[in-house]
Amino acid sequence: MSLKGRDIVWIGDLSEEEILTVLDEAQRMVPIARGEIKSKIMDGRILASLFFEPSTRTRLSFETAMHRLGGDVITIAGQEGSSLIKGETLADTIRMAESYSDIIAIRHPKEGAARLASTFSKKPIINGGDGAGQHPTQTLLDLFTIRNNTGGFEGIQVAIAGDLKYGRTVHSLSLALGRFGAEMTFVAPDRIQMPEYIREELDKMGARYHTRDDVKKVIPDSDVLYMTRIQKERFPEEEEYMKVAGAFKIDAEALEGARKNLIVMHPLPRVDEIHHSVDRTPHAKYFEQAFNGVPVRMALLKLILEVAE
Amino acid sequence: MKELRISPIRNGTVIDHIKPGMALKILPLLSIDQEFDTGLSIAMNAHSEKHGKKDIVKIEDKELHPREVNRLAVITPNASISIIRDFKVVKKYKVRLPDTIEGIVRCENLNCITNGKEPIKSRLIKIQKDPVKFRCYYCGRIQNRIEKRII
Repeated sequence: MSLKGRDIVWIGDLSEEEILTVLDEAQRMVPIARGEIKSKIMDGRILASLFFEPSTRTRLSFETAMHRLGGDVITIAGQEGSSLIKGETLADTIRMAESYSDIIAIRHPKEGAARLASTFSKKPIINGGDGAGQHPTQTLLDLFTIRNNTGGFEGIQVAIAGDLKYGRTVHSLSLALGRFGAEMTFVAPDRIQMPEYIREELDKMGARYHTRDDVKKVIPDSDVLYMTRIQKERFPEEEEYMKVAGAFKIDAEALEGARKNLIVMHPLPRVDEIHHSVDRTPHAKYFEQAFNGVPVRMALLKLILEVAE
Repeated sequence: MKELRISPIRNGTVIDHIKPGMALKILPLLSIDQEFDTGLSIAMNAHSEKHGKKDIVKIEDKELHPREVNRLAVITPNASISIIRDFKVVKKYKVRLPDTIEGIVRCENLNCITNGKEPIKSRLIKIQKDPVKFRCYYCGRIQNRIEKRII
């Protein structure tokens, strides 16, 4: 099995075995990601980091991953300053970027952008999130965080709460968890529940899932509580956003009836869906999760560019 | 008595059992436009034993390959194709939805990159036979009612 030269556009581009290989490699990368061990395996390699939409964690962790491995980064951050605002097609931007780099990480507001990039680029493409679509590297770091804390996926109870309609991280995550045999509960108000096309996919693979609309009721039976921000920019009307914002919040008190080993995750940034009182409980794993973005992306860079240690 | 709305052709292709009213819609899918220079007859709302009404298109001196006509299944899944040589039917088959539909149907996801100005054609991949289902190759969206979004 080799990931050499592969595009990572959907989590479905990776088999279960390949996902586990990435997670194992990420485990080995942790001391380098922490700066405890120095590495130069990417010496002379360039990552093009093309972020056509605002992002903090994803872009910084991709760039940190490349730097920690001794490689270089060229970057476009936001539409400003890039040729996209001058009306250049993504296809042209990609053809330019592939000639300047060895591997490309891309985030774009349109769904399908990363797949388009992969059809125009001979260099490998890693999708850093496309519109409300897929975000496979977030999924990998989520899986890494879950496995490090629960020991595995089969039969664990995962509650996924918040903006399930527009939140791209939860689409990829639920498809992956479904493949690994986790049981999921989707907790959201009706208007932002998990989209039908994702549920159809889950049905096809025989995944087990339920839908609920109250996050506090699912806490006692969960091993993982994955919270997401209800994103204002995804709603066409402010009024529609106001109706749902605030309906899904937890604090330390809400976790009192939780299982001892429950972990609370969040892709961040959070607004007020997880109160700061949760940070001090042993359940809080969202900062560990954010850190895990670095070793996971290092593992991908290493496996895709297949560099020797 | 059998009624002939349009006369038989000596050589060419007959597309029969077209969904009534759809004859004109299928012409662009066959690249038939002003430049088209062989004989073409169209019957609309002709009598059909099976369906009550149907459209028929006859193209003279041109034998269409399944590759060219299968895409018609997107808008008229029951159409049949007859290849005519010297007034005789030498080959007859029903259209069959292809595994990939390129540049014919728009992706239903308005935010899909294929619905912008990029230099690519839409591309839908068949993922299920019965009932037939397509998925956008680019954004991954499973498509509903593709016949409503013919480009």
